[in-house]
This record gives sequence, C-alpha cells and structure tokens, in this order.
Amino acid sequence: MTDFSKPKTPGMSRRAVLAGGAALTASLFAPRGLRAQDFPTAAVNTTGLAVTDSTVTIGILHSVTGTMAISETGSVQAEKLAIEQINAMGGVLGRKIQFIQEDGASDWPTFAEKARKLLVNDKVASVMGCWTSASRKAVLPVFEQHNGMLYYPTFYEGLEQSPNVIYTGQEATQQIIAGLDWVNQTKGAKSFYLLGSDYIWPRTSNKIARKHIENFMEGCEVVGEEYYPLGHTQFNSVINKIKLRKPDVIYAIVVGGSNVAFYKQLKAAGIDPTKESPIVLTISVTEDEIRGIGGENVEGSYACMKYFQSLDNPNNIEFVKAFKDMWGADMVIGDVTQAAYLGPWLWKAAVEAAGSFDIDKVREASPGIELPTAPEGYVKIHENHHLWSKTRVGRARMDGQYDVVFETADLVEPNPFPEGYQ
Amino acid sequence: MQIDRKTRFLTREEAIYFGLLAAVIFLILPLALDSFRLNLFGKYLTYAFVAIGLVLCWGAGGILSLGQGVFFGLGGYAMAMFLKLEASTPEATAIQSTPGIPDFMDWNQITALPWWWEPFNSLAFSLIAVVIVPVAFAFIIGVAMFRRRVGGVYFAIITQAIAAILTILIIGQQGFTGGVNGITDLRTLKGWDIRTDEAKEILYFVNAVLLFACLFAAQYVRRSKLGRLLIAMRDQEDRVRFSGYDVASFKIFVFCLGAAFAGIGGAMFTLQVGFMSPTLVGIVPSIEMVIFAAVGGRLSILGAVYGTLLVNWAKTTLSESFPELWLLGLGALFIAVVMFFPNGLAGLWSEQVMPRLRKLFAGRGAGARPPAAPVPANSASAPDSPAAKAAAE
Repeated sequence: MTDFSKPKTPGMSRRAVLAGGAALTASLFAPRGLRAQDFPTAAVNTTGLAVTDSTVTIGILHSVTGTMAISETGSVQAEKLAIEQINAMGGVLGRKIQFIQEDGASDWPTFAEKARKLLVNDKVASVMGCWTSASRKAVLPVFEQHNGMLYYPTFYEGLEQSPNVIYTGQEATQQIIAGLDWVNQTKGAKSFYLLGSDYIWPRTSNKIARKHIENFMEGCEVVGEEYYPLGHTQFNSVINKIKLRKPDVIYAIVVGGSNVAFYKQLKAAGIDPTKESPIVLTISVTEDEIRGIGGENVEGSYACMKYFQSLDNPNNIEFVKAFKDMWGADMVIGDVTQAAYLGPWLWKAAVEAAGSFDIDKVREASPGIELPTAPEGYVKIHENHHLWSKTRVGRARMDGQYDVVFETADLVEPNPFPEGYQ
Repeated sequence: MQIDRKTRFLTREEAIYFGLLAAVIFLILPLALDSFRLNLFGKYLTYAFVAIGLVLCWGAGGILSLGQGVFFGLGGYAMAMFLKLEASTPEATAIQSTPGIPDFMDWNQITALPWWWEPFNSLAFSLIAVVIVPVAFAFIIGVAMFRRRVGGVYFAIITQAIAAILTILIIGQQGFTGGVNGITDLRTLKGWDIRTDEAKEILYFVNAVLLFACLFAAQYVRRSKLGRLLIAMRDQEDRVRFSGYDVASFKIFVFCLGAAFAGIGGAMFTLQVGFMSPTLVGIVPSIEMVIFAAVGGRLSILGAVYGTLLVNWAKTTLSESFPELWLLGLGALFIAVVMFFPNGLAGLWSEQVMPRLRKLFAGRGAGARPPAAPVPANSASAPDSPAAKAAAE
C-alpha cells in the first residue's frame, strides 16, 4: 500500500536529508537569496494579505478524503516539497512560506467553502489547489470575486482563461494534437476509435481530437466515439465494436476506477497493447493511475502528456530524488504531481519579478515568467496564463514507468480557445 | 385545560423554544460571526429545511425517505437555471461559438437553448418551479408507492434508487444540465449581485425567515388532526385504515410537504453558495440529511434545526483543524449519538436536561400547576425501528 501519511514536521534524519537535497536544489534555482528587510512589508503587501516581516501564508486546497484523495495526494506532496525547498533557500522575498491546508473532501461545495475561507479569513497570498474541473469551476467565482490567485495543476479541457488562475498543467490542444500527429506520422495510423468517461474533459478532448483528425490529418477518420459514466466497469460491448471496426488506434480518455476494468477487459478480449494492433493511445493514464491498473494490464500502451517520471534530465533526477527522500522510495510521480510542483515555484518567481505579493502585481508579472529548473524541462507562462511546454509520448512498461519515445522539438503554445476546433 | 394544551398552536414551553431558536438565528449568529462564517451557517440552514421535512415524514409519519436530496436538488436546479440564464447574456458569453446560451451547453456543442429551459427566463416561473417541481415529483412517487402500500424499508430503498437515478441522469445529460460540474458561476438575481458580502447577509435573513415559515407550517401540521393521524399511522397503520381513513392520501400529503420544504432549501442553497451540482442530489447527501435529523432528534422539528447546525459546524471545524482525520471524528460523533441518544439532541434535552431543571425549580411551582406533560409528539414513544437505526448508522 501507498504510504500517504505525511508528517507535518519531518524527523531529524529526514530533515537532514531534505536540507541536503534542498541546498542542492537551491543552488540550481536561484543563485542568491533575497533579504526580507530589503522589501518592507508595507511596500510588498498593500492589500492586507497574510504577509509578515518574516513569513507569507499560502493555501493548499486539495481533497485528502473522498474518491479524489488518491489522485490529489501526489499534488499535495509535490506542493509541500516545493514549499520546503523554497524555504530552505530563503523563502520568497526573504519570507518563509507557511501554508494552511484545507480539505476539499472530493465535494465541490466544500471546495467553494474552503476557497472562500482561505481568501477571506486567512488572506492567503496564493492557493495551490483543485484537481478536477468540477472543483475548479466551483471555486472560480470565489477567486474572481475575492481576487485570489489559484495555481491549478491538472491537464484539463481548456475553454477557460481566468485572470485569477495560472494553469500549470496542459490544456487539451497541447496534449492532444502532438500525440495524434506522432501516431499518424510514425505509425501510419489512419483510423481512430475515440472513447472516454462521460464528462466535460473527455468530451472536449475528443471533440478536439475529432476535429484534428478530420480536418488536419490527411486521409484519417474517426470510426467510433463513445462515452461511459464515471465509475463504469463494463466495457465488453465497446470492445466488441472495436474488434468489429478494426481501428488503427484506440484513443481512450477513461478516468479513475473505470481504467482498471477497461484495460483488464481489453486484455482479456485479446487486444494486447504491446502488439500495437490496434495501438492504444491515452491521455488519462499517468504513473499514478498505473499503480491502480497494474503494469501488466497497460504494458505497451502509449500515453501523451508533458511529463513522465523517467525523463532523463538533471532537473528531473534531482526532483525525483528529493520527492522520494521526503515521501518514501516507493512513490511514483505522475504528470499532475510534477505540474503541482511547479505552482509554488512559478508563484515565487512572479512575486519576485513583481517585487510584491499583491495579487494584481503578481498577475501582471506572471506572463513571461520562465522556469528553467522545472523537472519537465523549461517552461514559460503564456499571456493566457497557461504554460508553454513540450509534449511527450511515453510507452508504458511492466514496472509502471514510461519509456519516453517522442518529444516535440519545440515548446507547444497553449491555446485554450482553439480556432477551428470548436 | 388538557384539551386546550393539545389543540393550541404553541404551548408556552414550545413558544419559549421557538423564541430561543429565533434568538440564536436572528441575533446571536449574525452578531457573533463574521460575514464568511455567517454565510456558512446560512448554507447549513438550507439543509435544515430538509431536516424539518424529514421530521414530519419520518419522525411523525414513519416514512423514511433516503432520497430527499432529489427534492433539494430539483429546487436548487430550478433556481440555478434562472440565475444561469441571467448570467449568460450574449455580451457576457461573446467568446462562445453560440453566444447567449449557458457556457456548458456551448462546450457540449449545443447551439440553441432547449425548449424546457425557456420558461426559466422568468423569475416568477422559476420561483414557482422551486416548489412545484419537487412537489409534483414527490406526488408521482407518493401515488406510485403509497397507493400500492409500499412502505418501510422498501420505500427507503426506492427513494435511494431514485436519488441515484437522478444523479446519473444529470451527469449523463451534461449538455443540458452541466453534468458533473453542475451549474456554476451564478452572478446576479435580477441585476442584484448575489456574491457580495451584503447580499450574502440579506440572503441569510431571507433564508432564516423562510425557515421559520416552514417551521410554523410544520408545527401547524403537527398540531392539526392530520398530525395526530400521522403519528397514529406510524404506530398502527392498519388501525387507522380500518377506522376509515385514507392512509395513502395523508402520506402523500406529508411527503409532498417535505419535498416542498426541501425545494425551498435547495433554492436558498443555490443563492447563497452560488452554484448547484449533482453532488447535492445523490445518495450521500440524502443520507447525510437523514443524519442531521437523527442527530437533532427525529421527533422534534426544532431539534432537527439544531442537529443540522451542529453536524455541519462540526464537519467544517473538524475538517479545518484535521484535514486528514476529520471524517473519523465525524463518524465517531454519529455513532455516539445513535448509541447513547437514540432520540437525538431533542431527546437528550427532554429526557435528561428538562427533568433535572424541573426538579431544581420544583420548590416553586409544584403545587400551583400540574407537572407539565411532555409535548405529545415527543412523548409518543418512537419505535426503535431497524430502518431508523440503519439510517442513523
């Protein structure tokens, strides 16, 4: 079982290890610390946020109970790691980050209530939080009304661009288009069967996929498109249809517990992803999900996202080590966990660029903020509050990790309102 | 004297209790809490509407519904649809492919407002729908169930199934309902911004007034002949039937009344929280609402209000202090209440606290008047039915 217990104050030995890791990271992330006395509180906080001469308070708002807990725990862990590391290297504008953690309890009204509490009562300077689109939609009006700043880590459907949110995950076009082009160009795939769980993200993603396949990919077609309720576990009928239509690619956006049933039944029906006929391509299975599905069931499937734990670059090796030191050697790190880790760093960079904690100034300073030390490589905040990032294709291994088989040459521009895809 | 006590709308004792609750809700909470916490309590009070309905249906009538979230949701959605249409002006939704329709419809490639959304452009229609739609739905369920003499555990299971079905329907038809996200980003009511602190305070008081209206309605029903018949039906349904009463009609009526209360609560929830989603319709919230009533005391309408406030307050406080452990604490609270106070807080009060208070003051009024008989409904011994226990667990 996963060790989800997380000590608020790690033990001595762990702290020592951490400090070592953090010092290393510190040298990577910023050459010099800033001193708080150079930034008087009255000047850097003109709107009454929770900023003192030595501390600044931010919020963490994820589900640690309920059905989403298993997904969101990784994000909480990554955010706490980032905060520890930032504090170890002197904090933000010389102020240590303190955090107030609230539980959204996998319940959207609770998310709205807690968001209001963090902004109105606690006056937090920013919030790292939310996971599902539903929770983000629930808190969005709260953030816009009380002028808060939310760092949202999940890859999502796009069609949104709030001045009060920085989207550190990919929006749908970033994740989808590069993967479809790749499977078409390198595998010669022409026909696609789209399926997904029935809610806004899979539907919008498949809408974009269909438009791209039909309008921008020569001679390609969609041979089927189907949706199943969240938690659905009977995929036999769609698997039969897939066998009948014989698509080159099964494009699956199944989420949560349904994944387990889907991949097991796929395998039982004789569709072995390792044989690539058809190719199984997904955008919803990260390393976290594989732990639930079982490596033997997904082995050979392709996933298209921006981050895999196996990425081979110095930033990532450092990050994976620090994460495992803090939370245990058996932890895995998925795409969203990495995106959550970027949140506190991007906020810190924006605050220091603005020279202020004021939300308006941080917002103004955010576009153009670069993070060359991101585990996924270099990222940059776009005018539209999403990140420029590379898209990668990984192939699932038996052990639950991905082999990265493709990476876009350039950063992919985020485009939450894609023309021609509506 | 005795007859007078029974038929009077409020006994002196009850009047004091109503007054106390009014003082808590209208004075103490608004004075003691900041705007954020007051809004939270406003949200809790919307669940109290459902709990009052449950006291009537379950505590008095013996009809345990595990699907009250359905009516709460229908009322809430009716309100949310109106507010969403108001927020979806062509100007505000200019970036959509089809401006002027709610954003989630646009995301789902719907290009025109469905016909059944059209009437919700009217506030009057929406306000009527808040009450009528849940009542009509409850009426259909009631006729289908009670005329066939379906009751007890079977009725509870069926209502639970209906809650599950409606949730799946709402999630599945996301182009028309907003799906799992629900209907979000509600801004104004006839141009009045419902998101400001002042608006939230006004809505809190509107909510409180409506709650008292429902409390008085519930009290009226319980004082009436109907209320006595309900209790008689709960305890010996066949005897009431043999006495010539049409049992089903009474059950349908009280079930519809509970649905109307729930619908009003749902609409007030939407106004105060700013959105409505299927998580408030399903099985879990429906059972939670039964728990509120159980903790407060399922025989007492005022107890239900206190129970709702206490449980939700505990939920919020525990989850703020112990984000990773709070569910265990909440579970322990429920188990403790069910094991030690099967009649909830109200039972604790009338069985433990009041007798002691009486003893304390016995020296003064003992000879002057007969010892006050407990309120009839409270004294009617509640059968510790398995369904009641199951629900409370």
